Amino acid sequence: MEPSDTLVCCPICDALHEVDTVEDGTRLRCVRCGTVIAVGRPEAILRIVVLASTALILMSIVVFYPFLELRNGVFTSRASVFETVMSFSEGVMAPLSIAVAFFVIVLPVARLGTLIWALAPLSIGRAPLPGAAFALRWAEIMKPWAMAEIFMVGVAVALVKLADLATLSMGPAFWSFASIVFITALKDTQMSKHSIWSALDTAKR
Amino acid sequence: MVGSGHRETLNALTAREAGLVGCRHCTRVWPMGTEVCARCGGSLESRSPTALQRVWAWWIVGLLFYIPANLYPMLITRTVGRDSEDTIVGGVITLAHHGAYGVAAIVFFASVMIPVGKFVAIAYLALAVRKSHGHRPQRLLILFEVVEWIGRWSMIDVFVVAILVALVQFNLLATINPGIAAVTFALSVVFTMLSAMSFDSRRIWDEVEILAVEDRK
Repeated sequence: MEPSDTLVCCPICDALHEVDTVEDGTRLRCVRCGTVIAVGRPEAILRIVVLASTALILMSIVVFYPFLELRNGVFTSRASVFETVMSFSEGVMAPLSIAVAFFVIVLPVARLGTLIWALAPLSIGRAPLPGAAFALRWAEIMKPWAMAEIFMVGVAVALVKLADLATLSMGPAFWSFASIVFITALKDTQMSKHSIWSALDTAKR
Repeated sequence: MVGSGHRETLNALTAREAGLVGCRHCTRVWPMGTEVCARCGGSLESRSPTALQRVWAWWIVGLLFYIPANLYPMLITRTVGRDSEDTIVGGVITLAHHGAYGVAAIVFFASVMIPVGKFVAIAYLALAVRKSHGHRPQRLLILFEVVEWIGRWSMIDVFVVAILVALVQFNLLATINPGIAAVTFALSVVFTMLSAMSFDSRRIWDEVEILAVEDRK
């Protein structure tokens, strides 16, 4: 069989599919394993770019504004996400600090950045920027390592642990981080590999 | 046959059977033997011959790091002249003593059940795909999907430690410091994630195919 633009393989089970045009509002699933292969939403690219940009702007609030505040009588301590990440930065714990920084801040930001780089020109009908394919591939590779939502569950557990030790209040960064988690999840539902990559192909021509 | 978009059969034509190699990054297909995908630049492999070796290598490293993660303290709490050290399991017990059973269950699930279950599940999968008969492939698939999806959630405990350490710094009154287990536990989670990712899910699907053909005979 000859490879062509309309032949698509399932990334999970390798089944071949002939995908021509996808009707609006439908999802094509792999005949074998049910993985979503293509999504028929012409506005998906625009949505991804808008959601990713929103999340990226909120991220700047998250990093430096206070995240949680702890009060115990006269003592008060505040922590931004940045400080949380740096909490391991002494001695043997330094590598862990770097790893947490990557999982919670660097990789989520890098993922949003690469997606915007690759898809933003497409959403306004321009030719893609150089390196768009590279950026898009890496956005997908980074996906399992961006752990913002897991960090949020960690926050919830920490809150309970500290509840009887001191009074806790959430800062502005807490709420914007919570919305980033939500927005990122919403954005991921709009993404399907074939749809995005064929959009990039079309824009290159 | 080439699929039409409805879930209908377990016996579909794969890219490999059609003499093609599919890109797992962008789903484009190329003639067999192509090494780099011209669309996205990802490397192409029809079925990875070294996948299982990589699975086992990461698995062993992950297990090695999981042992000290349980033996050494995760959190070192210093309250007015008193030091207390909490291991992973110790932390769960403390939470349960405080009556926070729900949270204790979450932490127990994320840092004990998931890692241990993952070691067992990956080993089982890696052994099961090696010899081709006697397993229900459907069950292997569900197991694989669960393992791949759930692994990252073990990181909860590491993040909890990070947050506690950043927040609780009341010098004399109380301070919390991370223990060495936080590092080894984080590494163990990373290595088991790599182990699960090294798995070639297409191998399991090949098994499904073989069994579907046998059933019909």
